[in-house]
Amino acid sequence: MSDLVLLVLACAVATYVTRAGGFLILSRFGRIHHRVEAALDAVPAAVLTALVAPALINRGLAETLAVVIAALVALRFSLTVTVAIGLSAVVGLRAVGL
Amino acid sequence: MSQTIVDYSVPSMWRDALDGVRDALPVLMAIVPFAAVFGALAREAGFSFGDVMIASATIYAGASQYVMLELWGTQAPAWSIVLSVFVVNFRHILYSAAIGRRFTRLSPLKKTLAFFLLTDPQFATAERRMVTHGSIAPAYYFGYGLSLYTVWMISNALGALFGALIEDPAAFGFDFILPLYFVGLALGFRTRPNFVVIMLASGCASLLAYVSVGSPWHITVGGLAGLVLAAALSKPDDAVPLVEPSETAEPGRGGLNV
Repeated sequence: MSDLVLLVLACAVATYVTRAGGFLILSRFGRIHHRVEAALDAVPAAVLTALVAPALINRGLAETLAVVIAALVALRFSLTVTVAIGLSAVVGLRAVGL
Repeated sequence: MSQTIVDYSVPSMWRDALDGVRDALPVLMAIVPFAAVFGALAREAGFSFGDVMIASATIYAGASQYVMLELWGTQAPAWSIVLSVFVVNFRHILYSAAIGRRFTRLSPLKKTLAFFLLTDPQFATAERRMVTHGSIAPAYYFGYGLSLYTVWMISNALGALFGALIEDPAAFGFDFILPLYFVGLALGFRTRPNFVVIMLASGCASLLAYVSVGSPWHITVGGLAGLVLAAALSKPDDAVPLVEPSETAEPGRGGLNV
């Protein structure tokens, strides 16, 4: 096996450890405190927001506006509609030079 | 939370699997260019076609693979490359802790596979399914995950083979699908306790970390800010409607079942 393949496999192991690790740590505790439970329920909203936040400032006005539009659309419509409208917005706004 | 009793008849399993495939469709458009560009860049950096395929098949994480590629090009020592991959994926520890609560009745083999498939969209979509359906059928989880994995591998192969032909993904806005998808997914959790303040805390902390320490720390710092706030605001009853302790749960409710 080449050094590169060994490196790739080590990276695969590192990635898998993060994907199973949280569960392995948590499953050592029999009962979960309500605060931990609340924190875990907040993971999707908190981490997704943290992932996306830089998109508000690090691209351009077109992208910032598209994120805001997508967020408003998401309050009423499905995910597919949200992505489609957000995408149309970013393409349209880029086309007009924002 | 709904009182869904999971029906194990074949039609129901297929319906769940098809739901999973259908829910994967919007993100597949984002994955194609992301994966194809990785394939193309890896070939340029000296990976063989086989190396590209092994990387995508075993790592199956866009951020990990891009970081690995980037550092490999700078001749960084192997241990520092592996450590960086671990750091960019740190948020998955939170995903795994949160979604592992739904996996309690999965067989060990399926659990192992379920964690392998645990990407950002996989986690968020599965948790979203928990909000809308009160349970996550294994067929749904794997229908979604295997759709992504298949398209990921095919797109990687195409990028590795025909990378030079890839047009600028920005021309169609494809480079921006993932942020839009994550915005839509995040808002799907607005019925959960303290959603607005958690989102504000995470958003502000993420931006602060982004402009001060830089990427990828904004993800971990922003995420943790929201979690700490959620824990601080929690009252003993808050957690009850979303997850039942396994000893009181009826079979077929509140999680993945097999």
